[in-house]
Amino acid sequence: MTIPVTIRIQEGDFDIAAEIAAMTKGRIDIGAVVSFSGLCRGDDSGDRVAALTLEHYPGMAEEEIGRHADEAVKRWPITALTIIHRVGRLVPGDNIVLVLAASAHRQAAFAAAEFLMDYLKANAPFWKREERAEGERWVEAHARDDAALARWDKS
Amino acid sequence: MKVKYFAWVRERIGIAEETVEPPAGVSTVADLIGWLSTRGEGYAFAFEKPGVIRAAIDRTHVRPDTAIAGAHEVAFFPPMTGG
Repeated sequence: MTIPVTIRIQEGDFDIAAEIAAMTKGRIDIGAVVSFSGLCRGDDSGDRVAALTLEHYPGMAEEEIGRHADEAVKRWPITALTIIHRVGRLVPGDNIVLVLAASAHRQAAFAAAEFLMDYLKANAPFWKREERAEGERWVEAHARDDAALARWDKS
Repeated sequence: MKVKYFAWVRERIGIAEETVEPPAGVSTVADLIGWLSTRGEGYAFAFEKPGVIRAAIDRTHVRPDTAIAGAHEVAFFPPMTGG
């Protein structure tokens, strides 16, 4: 069965309520929607971050997210997915990423949303550059994000 | 083939993309990194720790030992920090 999958990479903001409404409109088979949103943090362990600039690999980013959306649909009985990732310059408090996973029951929706976020953190071609008082620097990848993704590997 | 660079790899090399014709003998992703490193200071700096560099061929993640034969677009970038 083909289910509705929405994937967008955009500079502009997103409206979480409007995205959920668009996903569930006219549907009576959805019993659960899990929403995860990631925001730009202005304080990183006491260190002030003035802004983040997100760069991505156009084309590959959409394709890679699409491949993982397909994987989520194969693994869990998901009935709709929406994945939106912003790029460009963002300031603390701004939305960065949205994952919506819909299913008949909550377990599949929770699992698919978590799987997709773990994937986006470690393996989707996006890079963050931080602006701080002392200058700019590229954010370093965390081993904990690779570890979070690895736990979904099938043995 | 077209080669694309992202994030600090792009900044160190100074360009976002270029077309290159690697010589015979450059057959894997790791070989290509080694050959590109010899093309100038920026390249050497970008690829000074080849183990850190991630690569994609035609928009799919690949490993250093992947063959580049037939590739249209090879991309090099640091570990990803999205989400």
